[in-house]
Amino acid sequence: MSLAFEVKNLAKHYGNVKALDGVTLEAKEGSIFGLLGPNGAGKTTLVRALSTLLEPDKGSAKVLGIDVIKNPQRVREVIGLAGQFAAVDEYLTGEENLYMVGRLYHLSAKETKQRTKELLERLNLADAAKRQVRTYSGGMRRRLDLGACLVGRPKILFLDEPTTGLDPRTRLDLWEIIRDLVSQGTSILLTTQYLEEADVLADKIAVIDRGKVIAEGTSAKLKAMLGGDVIEIQLESERDRQKAEQAIKGIAKKASSYDEATKTLTIPVGSDGSKSLAEVVRSLDRAKVPIHALALHQPSLDDVFLTLTGAKASEVATDAKPKRKRAA
Amino acid sequence: MPSLKESEPPEMTLTKKLSYEFSDTWAVAKRNLLRYTRLPQLVFFSAIQPIIFLTLFNFVFGGALGKSGAALHGKYINYLLPGIMVQVTLFGGLQTGIGLARDINSGILDRFRSLPMSRAAVLAGRTFADTLRNVVVIAIMLAYGSILGFRFTNGFFPAVGMVLILLLFGYAFSWFSAFIGMAVKDEETAQLAGFVLVFPLVFASAAFVPVQSMATWLQHFANNQPITFAANGARELALGIPSHGAVWKLLAWVVGLLVVFVPLSIWRYKKSV
Repeated sequence: MSLAFEVKNLAKHYGNVKALDGVTLEAKEGSIFGLLGPNGAGKTTLVRALSTLLEPDKGSAKVLGIDVIKNPQRVREVIGLAGQFAAVDEYLTGEENLYMVGRLYHLSAKETKQRTKELLERLNLADAAKRQVRTYSGGMRRRLDLGACLVGRPKILFLDEPTTGLDPRTRLDLWEIIRDLVSQGTSILLTTQYLEEADVLADKIAVIDRGKVIAEGTSAKLKAMLGGDVIEIQLESERDRQKAEQAIKGIAKKASSYDEATKTLTIPVGSDGSKSLAEVVRSLDRAKVPIHALALHQPSLDDVFLTLTGAKASEVATDAKPKRKRAA
Repeated sequence: MPSLKESEPPEMTLTKKLSYEFSDTWAVAKRNLLRYTRLPQLVFFSAIQPIIFLTLFNFVFGGALGKSGAALHGKYINYLLPGIMVQVTLFGGLQTGIGLARDINSGILDRFRSLPMSRAAVLAGRTFADTLRNVVVIAIMLAYGSILGFRFTNGFFPAVGMVLILLLFGYAFSWFSAFIGMAVKDEETAQLAGFVLVFPLVFASAAFVPVQSMATWLQHFANNQPITFAANGARELALGIPSHGAVWKLLAWVVGLLVVFVPLSIWRYKKSV
């Protein structure tokens, strides 16, 4: 099995803050590896170490078998990096930005032109090719930034929170592009704060917190650890409680609970939430229980953290490594 | 840069490597030059700044200093223009550090550092582009200076030599400024650091007034610092005023700055910034 990347015991300290505290991970070639964690968990530090931007204090890192510390220039030939902020020049046009990066990947002038045109079309930026980037929307910038890291036909892509701050539609567009890339054989390391994103895209997920990997596996495995999806039924009236509990008895995977203040019945349903939701609706209908509201909840990053660390993700994030100022 | 070798694939020939050094540098220089054409207001103010300086100094100091005659070798504008050009080329050099600090914060330097490009190209391209900008600024100053009465009196080739030593000094200063910019990592701090350094050096030099008019202790400093060498060297080439080897002393400074700050800046760039 060839590996897209492997890190062993990787550590990086900033003063007292352990940005990476002995991380060991590996990902198969041609897959999407999702690195999930709150701000300051060490995701960006890991990406920066793998993309040769910083030297780790301890441990080893290889990209496609090439040692990142001993042979950084060779690594740079096979990677593409899209950081958290679109790293494109505001005062250049989209076309000029891609052309410059292509030349810096040492493609010939002709090939660079060809590649630039091709990518602008594929990323739906052909109409804006000759406009300066400062006139672009946030989503367009991100797409161009993704284009810049694709110019050199990298074998592995590092996408650091590629969809943070994007509207839902643009996010879906980007997911589509990422999937398309993998279908062509590109390996991807994707960091994200959203479990949903890792769930939809990643073949394998590692959860990272305070520089340590605290869980690793497929999304199904991680969700199973959490006890899976939950259906919440808000009843019209307290009187229906027993009838409702009776009706959903066969569906609940574990004991359901009831909150009197909100008249809400919470039912753990395992990993197959949408199917169970249909069943719940049918049984409640059959039992003629009037309901006020009905919702299916999938485990969120908060739930993952609650389960794995006993703290909420938002609380964990507070002792993040100080972020550099960005004039994005 | 010996460290480049170990990181390149072994099959890469020296010619190929050299051609990449040049094409990478040019790609970066082109980016910076394009930026200048896209920022007409920047070009406007970089042109207007030396014009304002020249006008103010000529008419404010010119009256007082013109009378002290001998030291100024005739018209004050002849004395002043070479000095002001030194100041303005240094300001041009400061742009290098300011621009790099901006690139660090916008994340674009990270992109460059993740590409298989030459490790020197980002800095070489930027310093080259900023030197070309200085060419434009010098041309504007010479044109405006000639309106105010400035004349070269030492022949054509020395005049060209004057422009060259100024550009070289500005170029060497660009590399120093690159190091400062990457060290402070903040646009405004880089700007401030540059001005705090350049202003006293320019005023405590022969750029605007003869050193003989200064306090004795200051004369010792003023007589031995690079901006005086630059100003007096430029005057020697432009006007034929003997300068006790200022041109050579300036060139020694240029070499010294480059020898120290080219490797230091590249090291700083390669390290995590």
